[in-house]
Amino acid sequence: MSEADILKPCLLKIEAVIDETPDVKTLRLVFMDEQEGKNFTFRTGQFGEYSVFGEGECTFCIASPPTRTGYIECTFRKAGRVTSALADLEPGETIGFRGPYGNIFPIHEWEKKNLLFIAGGIALPPMRSVIWNVLDLRERFKDITIVYGARTVADLVYKRELAEWAERPDVRLITTVDPGGETPDWKGEIGFVPAVLDKAAPAVASRETVAVVCGPPVMIKFTFPVLAKLGFAPESIFTTLENRMKCGVGKCGRCNVGRYFVCKDGPVFTFAQLKEMPQEY
Amino acid sequence: METENKSIRRDALEKLFSQWLAGGKRILAPKKIGDKIDFAAVTSLAEVSRDHVQTVQSPKTSVFPRVEELFSFKSSDGRVQIRERNGASLGETVVFGLRPCDAAAYASLAAIFTWDNPDSLFSARLAKTTVIGVSCARADEYCFCTAVGGGPGATAGSDILLTDLGSGEYLAEIVSEKGRQTVQATPGQFLPAAGKEKENRLAKVDPAFALDKIAPALAVLFDDAAFWEEQSRRCLGCGACAYVCPTCACFDIQDEGGVSGQRLRCWDSCGFSLFTLHTSGHNPRALQSQRWRQRLMHKFAYMPERQQVLGCVGCGRCSRACPVDMNILEHLRAIAEAKP
Amino acid sequence: METLRDKARELLAARTVQVIIGYGQGSGGGARAVFVREAADADALIFNEACRQNLAVYLMKPEVRKLGKAALVATPSALRTILQLAAENQVGDHDLLALAVHAAGEVTLLATLQAIEAHVTELDADLSAAEKAELRKYEALSLEQRREYWQEQFSRCLKCYACRAACPLCYCSRCTVECNQPQWIPVPAHDLGNLEWNVMRAMHLAGRCVNCGDCSRACPVAIPLYLLNQKLISDVFANFNARSGMAAKTDNAMSIFKPDDSEDFIR
Repeated sequence: MSEADILKPCLLKIEAVIDETPDVKTLRLVFMDEQEGKNFTFRTGQFGEYSVFGEGECTFCIASPPTRTGYIECTFRKAGRVTSALADLEPGETIGFRGPYGNIFPIHEWEKKNLLFIAGGIALPPMRSVIWNVLDLRERFKDITIVYGARTVADLVYKRELAEWAERPDVRLITTVDPGGETPDWKGEIGFVPAVLDKAAPAVASRETVAVVCGPPVMIKFTFPVLAKLGFAPESIFTTLENRMKCGVGKCGRCNVGRYFVCKDGPVFTFAQLKEMPQEY
Repeated sequence: METENKSIRRDALEKLFSQWLAGGKRILAPKKIGDKIDFAAVTSLAEVSRDHVQTVQSPKTSVFPRVEELFSFKSSDGRVQIRERNGASLGETVVFGLRPCDAAAYASLAAIFTWDNPDSLFSARLAKTTVIGVSCARADEYCFCTAVGGGPGATAGSDILLTDLGSGEYLAEIVSEKGRQTVQATPGQFLPAAGKEKENRLAKVDPAFALDKIAPALAVLFDDAAFWEEQSRRCLGCGACAYVCPTCACFDIQDEGGVSGQRLRCWDSCGFSLFTLHTSGHNPRALQSQRWRQRLMHKFAYMPERQQVLGCVGCGRCSRACPVDMNILEHLRAIAEAKP
Repeated sequence: METLRDKARELLAARTVQVIIGYGQGSGGGARAVFVREAADADALIFNEACRQNLAVYLMKPEVRKLGKAALVATPSALRTILQLAAENQVGDHDLLALAVHAAGEVTLLATLQAIEAHVTELDADLSAAEKAELRKYEALSLEQRREYWQEQFSRCLKCYACRAACPLCYCSRCTVECNQPQWIPVPAHDLGNLEWNVMRAMHLAGRCVNCGDCSRACPVAIPLYLLNQKLISDVFANFNARSGMAAKTDNAMSIFKPDDSEDFIR
């Protein structure tokens, strides 16, 4: 073919495997072809299709920030056929990759604003890229607050990152676990994310704040009213959607939410956009 | 390119067939298979069915096969090699005897496969396909081409459109550059048209509904769950409508093999519950009514809005193939006439 | 037809059932499934030679079940399907009653599974003479000829699953073909995928199929699926003297093991 087919992956080598939780792993990946690696660029919010040849492809956001070059990372939970196969791979093995696909978090529009990141459980990975992206460009933004919760302490992902963020004086990190999910030495909050957010509210509310929310549908459903109460306009609340995907490039027809394809018009959407979209996600 | 009118006799068409086959081309045409008429490879004009209204399946396999290899892979010593399909190795196909509705469908398929990131396998197949349509002298109650911008004698999408004038003679409208090249490649077979006309050879198909009412009605009806439940209650969620449809292009990607194998693309249908099912078990379109609505929205609202082309050509195949007689035309009429 | 409509009106007016699943006028002079919920709409019900679809398929559809107790306008095949579904614990007396229709236009209300059983006992549930003749011709083929025959037939299969959708006994909420850990049956419609799908479905119906013919009618490319099913019906009867859809409580020939089974391969 005169041009590489859009459905043909390039090859990545697993450089490192990090066990985040008993069923969640992060893979650090490098391009096998050095030139391909040098030419590869992406922006925060974008995703890729990761292949285990013989098993299939899986959709994950790129979990590392574009400010760190030479590798990309993805984080996934072992849930189905492809993620189970990925979870069995070791450093040195090869996987396929197609991307970057999708739209971006418009961080250039967020400069000089306060940023509020709210995530639950396995939904921190889509936000990790944008959080590190803004932290790597820290002077461009005002106050940065991260509220992150999981069912139990064991379910918190990116524990090393959480420790790093907790140490930084230029970031306010609030971590929480569901009631009953704490360990005896747990020092963070106890409560569901929307409730904890409400409590932390006065310090984060502001007209000059952008919120990014990622989590299971039930968490988003209860978080949005809290944000509305705090005065956030729907245009300044961002989220990233997930839907069943195969091609990732708007052709196979399955990821649409109404007239929008999550793979092409998303995955990043504002709440203002979500309000106009049917609940097909 | 301006359409040029020529004429051709049946025996000359037979010569064209021989030339195409001698040149290594595959000819796909409507053929009697058991009790049904369907597209199949033919090696003579005599095999081509003439007295049918429409075939069971569409000729979309010419550009979008049921199963297609995207690439093969082989792992050894921790290294993986990928071998892509070579578009240059694909053979040439003549799709002969399809109806104007089927010819128009190529534009819908191309809109999906070539927008934004063009699909090179599709483009390679399309470039190697010559489309020779035959206009319709008859229509049945399932046809509604004229409601969706087509017609029994419409030329859009055909490289050459033939109309049977009787006595073994056809009007041949040379529509595209590829059509012109086909004429030039077979000197002496196509003759001047000398004032021959097709109008009185065409079926009469009155527009079955007002197309401009459909998209606005769909927007209003979208959240009317009861409406979609009533419409879809007898639907059983199979893929027959999607698979016989000339414009349906939704597909699945499946890996087969292990250490060495292939990645395949194959047909899929938005009517299946599995289509949108998340691994977690969550299904954004969990009800058949939502899936039926998606079919109509995609064809009559989303595609026109995003790709400026309808996802339906009014061929009626879905209605004829449906095991439970969903009859899309009836549903479209109901939508056009719905009072919100 | 008036008896059918009258009975329907009665049942709905008395709220004995919440929906009549029956036949109405369809395209091209045919018939299609209708769901009548108001007595005033009972005029939509018809019964003629075009009414062949096995409406029992709707008894397993969640969108129909949620409407409430149903009265099913039932052909002999549909009656046997109801019994087979009952034998498989999928329906009970509280779910439905049957309006058994006869070619002559009579309608018999069968209000319980027991009544359906008594009615079905009177029916000839065997393959017809014509079906047996066609089956004998098929059985005269050698194994190699049969393999060639099915290879040719299945080459047309689209994996549209119309056969599965139309079959009332294919009610699994997660079909074998939808399992991908492992992918028992390949998804694409290539030779192997088509062979495995059709053979697997026939085997999952062995001892259960009531020979309604809906799968063959549903197939858009006219694959004679009935041949596979009728062969298995004939074999199950010959080997186990068992026929599906005759009783509301029965052991399924292909999924029951008894210690005194005459076969010893399993020991």
